[in-house]
Amino acid sequence: MSAANGFDAPDGRHLPVDPSLTEGRVPGRAEEEIPELHEVDCPADLREEVEALMGRYPDRRSASIPALWAVQRRYGWCAPEGIRQIAAVMRFTPAYLESVASFYDLLHTEPVGTHRIEVCTNISCWMRGGDRLLEAFQAAAEGKDVFVTGFECLGACDIAPMASIDQRYYGPLEAAEAGAAIEQLEAGAEVLPEKALARRPLAGDTPRPGGGPDA
Amino acid sequence: MPDPRETRVLLAHAEDPSLRTLEGYRRLVGGYQTLERAYREMEQDEILEELEDSGLRGRGGAGFAMGKKASFLPRGEMAKYLCCNADESEPGAFKDRELMQRNPHQLIEGIAISALAADAGHAFIFIRGEYDAQADILDAAVAEAYEAGYLGRDILGCKRDLELVVHRGAGAYICGEETALLDALEGKRGNPRLKPPFPAVQGLYGGPTLINNVETLSNVPHIVRHGAEWFRGFGTEQSPGTKVVSVSGGVRRPGNYEVELGIPTRDLIYELAGGPEAGHEIKALFPGGSSSPVLTAEEALDLPYSFEAMAEAGSMLGSGSIIVCDDRVSIPHLALRTARFYHHESCGKCTPCREGTNWTVKMLERMVRGEATPLDLDIVASVQQNIIGNCLCVLGDSMAMPVGAMVRKFREEFEAVMADPELVVDPHAVVQAPPETLGAQV
Repeated sequence: MSAANGFDAPDGRHLPVDPSLTEGRVPGRAEEEIPELHEVDCPADLREEVEALMGRYPDRRSASIPALWAVQRRYGWCAPEGIRQIAAVMRFTPAYLESVASFYDLLHTEPVGTHRIEVCTNISCWMRGGDRLLEAFQAAAEGKDVFVTGFECLGACDIAPMASIDQRYYGPLEAAEAGAAIEQLEAGAEVLPEKALARRPLAGDTPRPGGGPDA
Repeated sequence: MPDPRETRVLLAHAEDPSLRTLEGYRRLVGGYQTLERAYREMEQDEILEELEDSGLRGRGGAGFAMGKKASFLPRGEMAKYLCCNADESEPGAFKDRELMQRNPHQLIEGIAISALAADAGHAFIFIRGEYDAQADILDAAVAEAYEAGYLGRDILGCKRDLELVVHRGAGAYICGEETALLDALEGKRGNPRLKPPFPAVQGLYGGPTLINNVETLSNVPHIVRHGAEWFRGFGTEQSPGTKVVSVSGGVRRPGNYEVELGIPTRDLIYELAGGPEAGHEIKALFPGGSSSPVLTAEEALDLPYSFEAMAEAGSMLGSGSIIVCDDRVSIPHLALRTARFYHHESCGKCTPCREGTNWTVKMLERMVRGEATPLDLDIVASVQQNIIGNCLCVLGDSMAMPVGAMVRKFREEFEAVMADPELVVDPHAVVQAPPETLGAQV
């Protein structure tokens, strides 16, 4: 029914636009979009983990990113069914959690491999061959269950060019080492042990280049 | 023995892996004695005064006086928060990674003492998601500190509570910006907020919030332990203390070196970081991370490495991260590489930054492909001017300042590459043309 100033909807509301144009596109009440726990089949341990995460903060919303990390650890990526499961636990809409996930580079909204390699291509790594290292990793990962991507500064310019392999840092790497790293990764062996950042001494405790008084 | 030009305060005993444990931290450096004294004997104002008198300036980039910032928090009964910014993502910066990896308890003790100064009952360490190994180390250290009664309810029987949560981000440079960090910590997309209100007045969950960098907070136990006078014995009048400086790029011994502020920049680069590779010379450098305007070697090497000297030279000390470019680096390609980073990391909230970073990348791409006109150089420069000061945060400015400086100081090199892109044989930074063709315009 049209009226001089707006339209009357069948439910008695007075609307500024013709409801027949917005039928089915009217946003529902947010509460309706939050899935119920019985609808999502959330694994008990995931539910417990997310509940514990919410308890760490004054506001449960703060647990969004940690909960999305939990989904990614379980499913390998932020899979929609995983997001629905934590949405039901956290009482947020899946759309909200997906909007958070899509903002951050480390949260994957599409499936990725079992192993993940981020190769730094930012300034200090770029100067020392980061782009070539990325190409080498991409070539070596061809056909393997390994996700390789170029990444902005990983905060390890001291070991440039470097890569983060399953969340651990390695460098300085040579392009020729990419194949060995991926083989070790797939075999479940220790990856390039001599290149692990964790084993590196402080720069000032390493020998002086070119031989100085301390060399 | 480390070089005598290093002054290890924050990195003292950092070579010993047991420093990471509570037992090692107590044994090697007398850890948590200052916390015990602060909680048992000191008033909030006493700690604040010590911090203000020390002149400690924020180590995250802006260099704002830490004690003053803490004193901005309102007094009275309300929920107040302390956030440690461990989202170190600035290209060239990797000092906080080292500090957290080698001495996590120093940071925790600094947070607990600063929480007294700010009267905060809840603290968070917002650590970038990429630093997974360091976050694991922090988690273990925080658990130890809870166990020992340095965190939690009724600390040391002094009727004071402090909860400390290690919160992992998920990969976004913008979250290092303090208000974007707050949004991310509240479980949202990391978009910056309009200031004012400043976080000291209205921050996390709407409550007064003190936000400090890892290195800043790591200094706090030392200042409270030895006093402001002792701290001022290091560094310069306006830049007191030591600084962990990250040196990377075209040097032979890249890494973190803790030095007194004000030491000659030349010593940092040549003596500590080993200088450029044999047969090469330094052409330019970022003195304070990728956001700082580049300085030519002539401008930079004879300056003292301090907040004031870098500001006077038209750049900044920033987070204390030197990226050295030797004579093989093509400045137009460096400008493009820098601009691409900010383009990728722009959150998109403000138009000048979202569009300005995009168009800067496109114009620089045209330049290095030889498809640009001389007018493009002026347009690139003017785009940078239109970004600066026009956004909610300084991410856009952080591209505009270094790119603007590169165009201004190396204009001849841009013109040479635009006229003949074949000059740059290897697009991966290494310029193979004779240096005189692409020399700096000084």
